[in-house]
Amino acid sequence: MPSGPDAARASIEAVWRLESARIVGALTRLVRDVGLAEELAQDALVVALQEWPVNGVPPNPAGWLMTTARHRAIDRLRREDRLAVKIAEIGRSAEDDQRTHGAADFDAVLDDDALLKDDVLRLIFVACHPVLSTEARIALTLRVVGGLTTDEIARAFVVPEATVAQRIVRAKRTLADKRIAFEIPPPAERAARLASVLEVIYLIFNEGYTATAGSDWLRPELTHEALRLGRVLAELAPDEPEVHGLVALMEIQSSRNAARVGPDGAPVPLLEQNRGRWDGLLIRRGYAALLRAEALGKPVGPYVLQAAIAACHARARTAADTDWAAIAALYGSLARLTPTPVVELNRAVAVAMAYGPERGLEIVDAVAADPALRDYHLLPTVRGDLLARLGRTDDARAEFERAAALTRNERERAVLQSRAAAL
Amino acid sequence: MRFLMTMNGGGRPADEQLYAAMGRFVEELTQAGVLLATGGLSMTGTHMSASGGRVTMTDGPYAEAKETIVSFALLDVRTKEEAVELSRRFWAIVKDGEGDIRQVLGPEG
Repeated sequence: MPSGPDAARASIEAVWRLESARIVGALTRLVRDVGLAEELAQDALVVALQEWPVNGVPPNPAGWLMTTARHRAIDRLRREDRLAVKIAEIGRSAEDDQRTHGAADFDAVLDDDALLKDDVLRLIFVACHPVLSTEARIALTLRVVGGLTTDEIARAFVVPEATVAQRIVRAKRTLADKRIAFEIPPPAERAARLASVLEVIYLIFNEGYTATAGSDWLRPELTHEALRLGRVLAELAPDEPEVHGLVALMEIQSSRNAARVGPDGAPVPLLEQNRGRWDGLLIRRGYAALLRAEALGKPVGPYVLQAAIAACHARARTAADTDWAAIAALYGSLARLTPTPVVELNRAVAVAMAYGPERGLEIVDAVAADPALRDYHLLPTVRGDLLARLGRTDDARAEFERAAALTRNERERAVLQSRAAAL
Repeated sequence: MRFLMTMNGGGRPADEQLYAAMGRFVEELTQAGVLLATGGLSMTGTHMSASGGRVTMTDGPYAEAKETIVSFALLDVRTKEEAVELSRRFWAIVKDGEGDIRQVLGPEG
C-alpha cells in the first residue's frame, strides 16, 4: 500500500465510505440516537486522521475504526452516566437488544455480522423516515448511509454547504424529538416506509441522471451512489420485489450512460442512441434483478413495471425492433397502479408506436386538459408528433411552437422550432 | 470507477477453509454493492500472438502459473483507495500469492 500522509488520508476516506453505515448503525443501536452515533463515529474518524498519517494505516483499518468508535461510545455513556438510563431504555425494546446490556457485551454486538446487517437496514429506514422532508431524507441518507461529506453532498446538489449541514442537523433533531425508533418497521408500516426509502434512492439517482446544469463533476457520482445504495438494500431486504425492481431500473438506465450524450454534449433521445455503446454488463445485471423480483411471486409495483419497460428497450437490438405492444401493455399496468397524466402521456407514445397515431392521440387528448400538464412541454411535443404523423400539418406546427415556448432547455427549443419550421 | 482485481496462479492451493472464507468475502462484496462480476479462469487455454498480421496460436497449459491470471473480480467503487482496501481484505484472507488491481478505462471512468 502507498505510504505518506496523503495516502493515509485517502485510505481513511476509503475505509470510512465502506464502513460508515455499519459503524453508525452499530453505534445507533448502542446509544439509540442517530445524531449522537454519527458524532461518535466522526470522532473516531478524526482520531484516525490524526494517527494514521503518523503511525501508518493499521492492519485492519475497518476494525480499528469500529473499535475506536465503540470506545468513544462507551466513554461517552459512562461520562454522562447514561449507561444505566440507556440500559433501562433498551430493556423495553426488541429481544435482540438484550445483547446490548452493559459495556461487556458491546464486542458481541458490534462483531455480529447478522446484527450489523440489520443495523444498516434500520439506519436506512430511519434516515428515510417520512417524518423528515424529502431534502432532509436525501441529505441524511447520503451522509450516514453513503458516508459522503456534507461538502460532497452540497456540491452534488449544487446548494451551499451550510444548507446541507443545516438539513442534516435539523433531520437528526427531528428524529430525536419525535423519538423515532431504530427498528425495522413493523408489518403495518413496512410498505409505506419502504416506499419512502425507494423514493429517496430514486430521487438521488435521478438528480445525477438528469442533471444538465451545475458543477457536474460529482453528479454522475450521485447516480453511482444511488445504484450502490440500491444494491446494498437488495441484499438487506431480498424479499421485497420493489427493491429489486428499483435496482433493475437503475442498472438498465445506467447502462445507457455512454450513449445518452452526444459528442457536443447534447442529450441523445433513447430511440436515437447508439445501442452498441450500451453497457451489456449493467443490462444483464438489470435483467438479473428483474428476475429476482419476479421470482418472489408477489404482486408487482411501479418500479418493477418501469424496470420491465426499460428491459424491453434494452432487449431491442435496434430501435425498430422495439416491442411497443409489450411496452404499451406495461404502461397500461403502470397507469392502473399510478394513474398520473405523465404516465398516460408515456403510454400514449407507446400505444401510438404499436397501434398507430390515432390511438395515441385519443389518450393524449383525454389527459390534455389535466392541470398538471398545463406547462409541461412534453404534452405539445407528443401531440405535435402524433398530429404530424397523421398529416395534420398546421395543428402539428402550432403544437411544436407551443412546446418550444414552454421548454426551458435551449437545445430542446431549437430542435422544436426546427421541427415546426420543417412542416 | 471500475477496477479489475486479478489473482495469479502459483499461490497456496485452495483448501475447503479458503473456499469458505472466499465465499464469505464474495458475499461481503455483494452486500457492499461493489461486486459487478467475478469468476475463475481455467489453467488451460490458447495463447495468441500476432506479428505483422501473422497470428500464432499455442495451446496451454501455461508454464508460468505466477504470471497467469486464475481468478478475477470486477469492482464498482468510488475511488482507487476503495479498490485497494477491498483488495487488501482479499489478500489478508488468501495470505500468500500475488495479483493486481487495475482501473478499467472507459466512458464510465
